[in-house]
Amino acid sequence: MKETPLSNCERRFLLRAIEEKKRLDGRQTYDYRNIRISFGTDYGCCIVELGKTRVLGQVSCELVAPKLNRATEGILFFNLELSQMAAPAFEPGRQSDLLVKLNRLLERCLRNSKCIDTESLCVVAGEKVWQIRVDLHLLNHDGNIIDAASIAAIVALCHFRRPDVSVQGDEVTLYTPEERDPVPLSIHHMPICVSFAFFQQGTYLLVDPNEREERVMDGLLVIAMNKHREICTIQSSGGIMLLKDQVLRCSKIAGVKVAEITELIQKALENDQKVRKEGGKFGFAESIANQRITAFKMEKATIDTSDVEEKAEEIIAEAEPPSEVVSKPVLWTPGTAQIGEGVENSWGDLEDSEKEDDDEGGSDEAIILDSVKMDTGIEVSDIGSQDAPIILSDSEEEEMIILEPDKNPKKIRTQTTSVKQEKAPNKKPVKRRKKKRAAN
Amino acid sequence: MEEEMHTDAKIRAETGTGSSPRGPGCSLRHFACEQNLLSRPDGSASFLQGDTSVLAGVYGPSEVKVSKEIFNKATLEVILRPKIGLPGVAEKSRERLIRNTCEAVVLGTLHPRTSITVVLQVVSDAGSGAQLLACCLNAACMALVDAGVPMRALFCGVTCALDSDGTLVLDPTSKQEKEARAVLTFALDNVERKLLMSSTKGLFSDAEIIRGQGAHD
Repeated sequence: MKETPLSNCERRFLLRAIEEKKRLDGRQTYDYRNIRISFGTDYGCCIVELGKTRVLGQVSCELVAPKLNRATEGILFFNLELSQMAAPAFEPGRQSDLLVKLNRLLERCLRNSKCIDTESLCVVAGEKVWQIRVDLHLLNHDGNIIDAASIAAIVALCHFRRPDVSVQGDEVTLYTPEERDPVPLSIHHMPICVSFAFFQQGTYLLVDPNEREERVMDGLLVIAMNKHREICTIQSSGGIMLLKDQVLRCSKIAGVKVAEITELIQKALENDQKVRKEGGKFGFAESIANQRITAFKMEKATIDTSDVEEKAEEIIAEAEPPSEVVSKPVLWTPGTAQIGEGVENSWGDLEDSEKEDDDEGGSDEAIILDSVKMDTGIEVSDIGSQDAPIILSDSEEEEMIILEPDKNPKKIRTQTTSVKQEKAPNKKPVKRRKKKRAAN
Repeated sequence: MEEEMHTDAKIRAETGTGSSPRGPGCSLRHFACEQNLLSRPDGSASFLQGDTSVLAGVYGPSEVKVSKEIFNKATLEVILRPKIGLPGVAEKSRERLIRNTCEAVVLGTLHPRTSITVVLQVVSDAGSGAQLLACCLNAACMALVDAGVPMRALFCGVTCALDSDGTLVLDPTSKQEKEARAVLTFALDNVERKLLMSSTKGLFSDAEIIRGQGAHD
């Protein structure tokens, strides 16, 4: 679906408001929206909500052979998907620009900053390493996808536990989660992206733009930083020309914001850890509010199925038995057999029948003869997938063969070519067709 | 054929009444549902059943591509995305089952030449395909309701498993599913309690499938 265009009056309204330092949702210039992090039941699964923008992150691991030029390092794979439910404009073919941009930014932020220790992912040098795969799905697009995605990615990676492995000489033992507790990944630091939107050729700036603000912005500056004030990635897009001190100011703001967000992430991870240890309930079910009118929860419900037997018997007794349709196969010659009889030939009635479905009353898979190979999956097309060799001719138009309709048509379902051709299906092409024909 | 069915039913009846009560099989695990949680889609719902959780978003009725439009009713499209990796054949087959179920209840003729898109995202998967299908059906139904798409009935998806001695277990866990002889998933509508869709795996007799349906009623 095409994106709804933004009306001129809405654009002017937003720009005027920004000039007066006002935002539609009442935030200040440097305010972030509410961030909410919830975890799922399995390790490595989390949902991050930045205002109304929602991203689902899942981390999984697999043992694979390492890359040839990096034999002692594990492999990291990031994949951000813009789900079709996030915005009506996100159709499979249409989002490539934005998708590539976001994926590339995410990779630079997480892979090039070396936040994950890939050496620790090595099991047997040159043979087996862990491949860590991070899948991010955008569920709702309300602006600032990159921030939400980077938070989701780093939270999921911190939350994830991989199976424990022990190497003794040549023997490698992989323990299941039941045998030994899974082990967290070794993460050096947590890079988080902070976005700045610029308006009126760099005069005004907003932190964490929402969807409307993104539509009217001139350019975007993304700074990925960790809490130690190290810049991991910086990217300016949109063609705006920024002054040096503007960029420095933005990096200072980013430092403050990243510190706050990192603290929030740590708290969320600790809470989840505590709940799991104490054996309490965890998972997405717990994050569904109890008293809302749009939510509903129900604990275990018992169902009485004692009268199911009687009900079933009643239904069976009253039901009519299915019609007797099994027919025995008839063996014509070794290699040729027939099950059932075909339908009445309707080529004479219909002028333009494209397909003639083989509508046999025969039963299906259960009947197997010893000496006969039968391919019951063949659907007879109008020209027929018969045993006779099909002569392909280029000059189909001239070669129109008119046959007289037979009295009893018999369809044969065989795969092997037989010596004699049993009564072939009748053809009475009324109109010319550009299809291959079987010469009789 | 008829005689076979009757004797089958009789055998089942004997074992049924004679055996001990089903035990843990006949209780549904906890489930939860939340509607209208996403701001962009017209309707959205999240459905959790046990350890399986699916998020559904519905857009519609809305503009449809000319190549896909149907002149007298709405074009229904279902997209199912797994959590890890790219969608494969299993997702395609589930999409088809869900689409057929939705088409049977959605009153498409009220909105001709439009498109109704249902997008399903697997949020957590306990590892069992049948549970996932039932959860997807439930989420899709709730999301269609939230979007205000006119329907002639609501539908629900349920799973049951038959283990080797013919005991029926409703809402099986993945362990129970693995050990079961047959796993059946049904979609039933709520107006006439009729069967909209069934997806089965394993060996079972006709009597057993009817027992399964009866239990879900």
